[in-house]
Amino acid sequence: MFNPSIHLLNKEIREKNFKNALSMVTFFLFLPALGIIFWLFIKGYPALSWDFLTLDPINGMTAGGIFPTIVGTFWLVMISVLVSCPLGVLAALYLSEYAKDGKLTRIIRLAILNLAGVPSIVHALFGLGAFVLFMKMGTSILAASFTLAVMNLPVIITSTLESLKAVPHSFREASWNVGASKLQTIRYIVLPNSLPGILTGVVFAVGRSAGETAAILFTGVAFYLPFLPQTVFDQCMTLSMHLFTISTQVVGVPVSYPYATALVLILLILSVNSVAVVLRTYFRTKRKW
Amino acid sequence: MTKKIEIKNLNISYGNKIVVKNLNLDIFQNEVLAIIGPANSGKTSLLRSINRMTDFNNEVKVEGKILLDGLDIFEDEDSTFLRRRVGMVSPLPVGLPMSIKDNVTYAPRMAGCKDKAELDFILEDCLKKAALWDEVKDRLDHLATKLSGGQQQRLTIARALSHHPEVLCLDEFSIAIDPVTTMKIEAVLHELKKDLTIIMVTNVINQAKRLGDRTAMMLNGEILDLNINQKIFSGEINDKRTKDYIEGVFG
Repeated sequence: MFNPSIHLLNKEIREKNFKNALSMVTFFLFLPALGIIFWLFIKGYPALSWDFLTLDPINGMTAGGIFPTIVGTFWLVMISVLVSCPLGVLAALYLSEYAKDGKLTRIIRLAILNLAGVPSIVHALFGLGAFVLFMKMGTSILAASFTLAVMNLPVIITSTLESLKAVPHSFREASWNVGASKLQTIRYIVLPNSLPGILTGVVFAVGRSAGETAAILFTGVAFYLPFLPQTVFDQCMTLSMHLFTISTQVVGVPVSYPYATALVLILLILSVNSVAVVLRTYFRTKRKW
Repeated sequence: MTKKIEIKNLNISYGNKIVVKNLNLDIFQNEVLAIIGPANSGKTSLLRSINRMTDFNNEVKVEGKILLDGLDIFEDEDSTFLRRRVGMVSPLPVGLPMSIKDNVTYAPRMAGCKDKAELDFILEDCLKKAALWDEVKDRLDHLATKLSGGQQQRLTIARALSHHPEVLCLDEFSIAIDPVTTMKIEAVLHELKKDLTIIMVTNVINQAKRLGDRTAMMLNGEILDLNINQKIFSGEINDKRTKDYIEGVFG
């Protein structure tokens, strides 16, 4: 019969303690997320109503709803994704499937990493210089979207590169081996199998840009507009900017208003992110190898 | 005998590591050439240069000439047509992440074939040739990646046959298959010899003995010995190292 020595018993205890410590840490990470939503809900509850979501702000933004800010956020996110998604995916495809591992490629990769680390307010200044002034777009939805797109590019490129790398190299070799061209291999082997990962990255980028404030500050977002944007050359209001405005710049806003606005913003981002999670889980069950 | 492939002064190197040294080799029409030799002697690199899979690896440098039916294979910018003529079976089985049917018809579809009847014919024909048809005929829509290792290896062979190659390169094809299936495939290769030229890298010396018309012994990027099987396996060997390898003294 096997009798565990005192060393083995100690080992078991250490194992257990370590596991418990890890689960504690993980649990504490979960708390702030839950706490924020709970707190926002408690504080913002009095303002929440259908009208709050569907009406314009009135009386100098101290009453009414936040409808225009939702519309503005929607516009900015949609256009920025339409711009950054194809550009990012194509750039990643080039880097992963075509570029030789030379000096230039390494510089490009480094540049992408650095771009991801640039603070968003610097992106805002870049957008102001490049899109608003140089390309003469003016402060507009278009300029703000482009700024957001530039900010999202490194995120999308990096996540796409990861998804492309997740497709085993042997699949590509097998495809080349039977006389398929590089383009055919990308079209029929690489892309279909990395699409879930690429989509997930894009959806996370959407969530990120929905909450962005600084990057759109000088390029197309307005404190208050009495009308909804009609074209992409108009300015717009956004949830994130509106939250900043009514929390710090306007006197006489009911306490519940900023909290309710923050809640709407957070729920919006969470729902977008959960789409990403659902997509990923769905495709994982359909994983083909 | 007509020469199908002529390899002239072939040098292959990875960075400053030379894996094939000044190699000259003629391969005849409809023969089975077995290449034996210990690991790291450049057998796989040699095979991969014949269908220019080396193009996809930036670190590899290939110098010298390889003639297929008298024409230089490195002359054409586009190598996809060459790869349809020179099929390749890799040592580790790769089922592409699609159905069994799509796997086998992948090559003809990529070559532009849309005729459903023709694709179905290729599907059945190639799977039968690779001794896999009976096992998968009822589930052609299933994912190929879910097949067992041995089945995937036979699928790889079926896929390599699907584009009607003139030359078939087999790189240790039996590494993942059981002996019974190996014998089945060997019988198939014996049949295929009528239409194909087969180059076979193998670690199983008996396989070279059974299947090959000629056997080449490679070591450190050079061919030590090359002769018809009757001679090489009856002891007519120039190099002592070949003799030692065949008799199992080293390797």
